[in-house]
Amino acid sequence: MIRTSLLSAAALCALLSAPGLASELRIGLQDDADILDPHQSRTFVGRIVYTGLCDKLVDLDKDVNIVPQLATDWTTSEDGLKLVMNLRDGVVFHDGTAFDAAAVVYNINRAMTLPESRRKSELASVSGIEATGPLQVTFTLKAPDSSLLAQLSDRAGMMLSPAAAEAAGADFGQNPVCSGPFRFVERIQQDRIVLEKFADYYDADQIKIDRVTYLPIPDTTVRLANLRSGELDMIECVAASDVAGVREDEALNSQESVGLGYMAIYANVRNGDRANTPVGQDARVRQAFSLAIDREALNQVVFEGTARAGNQPFAPTSPWFNQNIPVPARDVEAAKALLAEAGLERVAVEVQHANNPVVTQMMQVIQAMTAEAGFDVTLKATEFATLLSEQTAGNFQLSRSDWSGRPDPDGNLHQFVTCEGGINDPKYCNPEVDQLLNEARATSDNAARKAKYDAAGEILNRDLPIIYLGHQTYVFAMDKGVEGFEAYPDGMIRLKGVTDAD
Amino acid sequence: MLIYIAKRVLVALPTLLIVSILVFSLQKLLPGDPVLALAGEERDPATLELLREKYHLNEPFVMQYLRWFGGVLTGDFGVSLRTGQPVLELIAQKLPVTIQLALMSMGFALLIGIPAGIIAAVRKGTAIDWLANIVALSGLSIPNFWLGIMLILFVSVKLGWLPASGYESPFVDPLRSLQTMIMPAFVLGSGLAATLMRHTRSAMLGVLSADYIRTARAKGLDGREVVMVHALRNALLPVVTLTALLFGELLAGAVLTEQIFTIPGFGKLIVDAVFNRDYAVVQGVVLCTAVGFLVMNLVADVLYVLLNPRMRSAL
Repeated sequence: MIRTSLLSAAALCALLSAPGLASELRIGLQDDADILDPHQSRTFVGRIVYTGLCDKLVDLDKDVNIVPQLATDWTTSEDGLKLVMNLRDGVVFHDGTAFDAAAVVYNINRAMTLPESRRKSELASVSGIEATGPLQVTFTLKAPDSSLLAQLSDRAGMMLSPAAAEAAGADFGQNPVCSGPFRFVERIQQDRIVLEKFADYYDADQIKIDRVTYLPIPDTTVRLANLRSGELDMIECVAASDVAGVREDEALNSQESVGLGYMAIYANVRNGDRANTPVGQDARVRQAFSLAIDREALNQVVFEGTARAGNQPFAPTSPWFNQNIPVPARDVEAAKALLAEAGLERVAVEVQHANNPVVTQMMQVIQAMTAEAGFDVTLKATEFATLLSEQTAGNFQLSRSDWSGRPDPDGNLHQFVTCEGGINDPKYCNPEVDQLLNEARATSDNAARKAKYDAAGEILNRDLPIIYLGHQTYVFAMDKGVEGFEAYPDGMIRLKGVTDAD
Repeated sequence: MLIYIAKRVLVALPTLLIVSILVFSLQKLLPGDPVLALAGEERDPATLELLREKYHLNEPFVMQYLRWFGGVLTGDFGVSLRTGQPVLELIAQKLPVTIQLALMSMGFALLIGIPAGIIAAVRKGTAIDWLANIVALSGLSIPNFWLGIMLILFVSVKLGWLPASGYESPFVDPLRSLQTMIMPAFVLGSGLAATLMRHTRSAMLGVLSADYIRTARAKGLDGREVVMVHALRNALLPVVTLTALLFGELLAGAVLTEQIFTIPGFGKLIVDAVFNRDYAVVQGVVLCTAVGFLVMNLVADVLYVLLNPRMRSAL
């Protein structure tokens, strides 16, 4: 009897692993990815696809700690100018070539020198890299950079097959070859990206899905309808207005994680003529504007409670959050008093924002809230490409936009508020802040770094070139057949250990 | 006839040239820097400069146009700024999708609109006429996006009969292709069906009261024959022109319908390209659309002549 059941169990296993029962996971994305070359691409959804396609030197865990992926361990020299990484043995690229130190050297050099590369600023602290063993590389840095490992946990640390990259040049994205758990099959722009399981993946046992198809479906209602009708197994970026419905739906599961990014209003303090307004020139006016906003109400009204109220570049759930500056409660009287101190009764201000329904609603609520404190807010809705160029050109008084967030605190602060910061659109400049943030970047001791960020945060909270409003949550929904998926703060879809029953 | 067609094509060429100049200049008037749109969150000045250089965006406007136009003459429409894919390849990939959608929608529109128009005309003033008019009015008034979403929620989510969105090529899986296209084609075709019905009805009414119809009836011809052979043939003349013009409307309607049903066609291509300031793609798509329009008008004129022998003398 035991033998019979053992046999039938074996037969069942054989049947389950038969190719006819291959499992396919169909994932609905909010947008179509751009070029599929990690060194050239820039979209968030592109990064989701890479999570299946291209392994990185290091990865993040759920608490945003750096953990091994293609590099098994690493050490930073005493002076912080050398980073030595030991690499995983037995890894091959999808084209069958071996992954080794030479491949890492090739990739980092490509990311730093390919004319089309968007990774140059992320690797700006690297002066060179060399293979110091068959499976060991050594980065040499221009200055200590504690954010480098975090950079290597994203596209700058993704490893492409040198043979394929060399042959394709800048056209690598048409047929990407990496070393991730899935290999590239086909892409039909605006329709689908198909990957299949890579049998020679070093951790192939952990991959239980045979085929992944990513389908860009920008409309949130249609994306969810596809999940509900069974066309999709999983979707990302569930609209806040749908979250309650998804939670109640017995056929669906959901997973959420507070993101690494933030929602904010940038104040033009020094970027051209349009900075010459009370809100641009007087920090008290910005403080009043900030105090007039009820951040928790915004979260409840606009995001149905799914987001997090916030007042810093780091969410209150982050270890980098400064507890000494709690999210302020709304205080209209204090706001009025600040305006009075600045010699103003009513302040006219124009806020530009992206013309999507959620941001528009959010701005309308803010418009009403700040009106009570004495602000006459004019809203200027533009589509995103225009918003971006107006913001860069300084053609704004206040501008509402989001940052998708970086795992290392440096990536959420340094480039926005230092005098020469690459995306410092307010053109805020305070040498004291520069010094603190530069020192934090050069320190590897997290406690010491935290102290610097806290100190900088206190100055920024007073000067308010950026008025932080809160933090978005990544919400994923999947049918009950999908198991083992966990949402991470970076919003990526990691497929290790994920199974799909249907 | 051939000389007539050749003449029409010659006239079309300057039109295309003007269209291309117009679109090129209008795009440049759009606020928003393509390089910034392309760079996204990482706005490294050196990269921006390089991209400007690579796509010749730092050159004077006229140079940019001539460069593009020269490429078009040699069959090179440039590459998409966003994905690096050649524009011609993208067009070849997306155009058949939209043509399929347009043909199926037109099929729906003709199948519903013309019979309904005929019946409404023949049974003028009866309950059927009223019903047809009410349906037509609803078809015209209900916005595409609302009808689309409602159909998705009802047919796909509630009943589970058809996929909610997506696309499959008829050459890969004909059944699935049909399944994915039925709802969008219906949504897109419903408005047209209404327009066609209204026009067929009024054209038929005009023709049915004409002298020769009365003569035909007086000669004792079968009522069905009078309507289908004598009246319809003449009533269809304006409807044919209208159908050709409606094809243009179909392309415009496809923009919205493709967005709702996530169909990777021409409409979606151009919307995404405009939002990303992907100039080369916008240019290529608009040029192709303009060619399509001109061809459709030409076809309408030729059909007109075929349907109405008196027009032949005008050639």
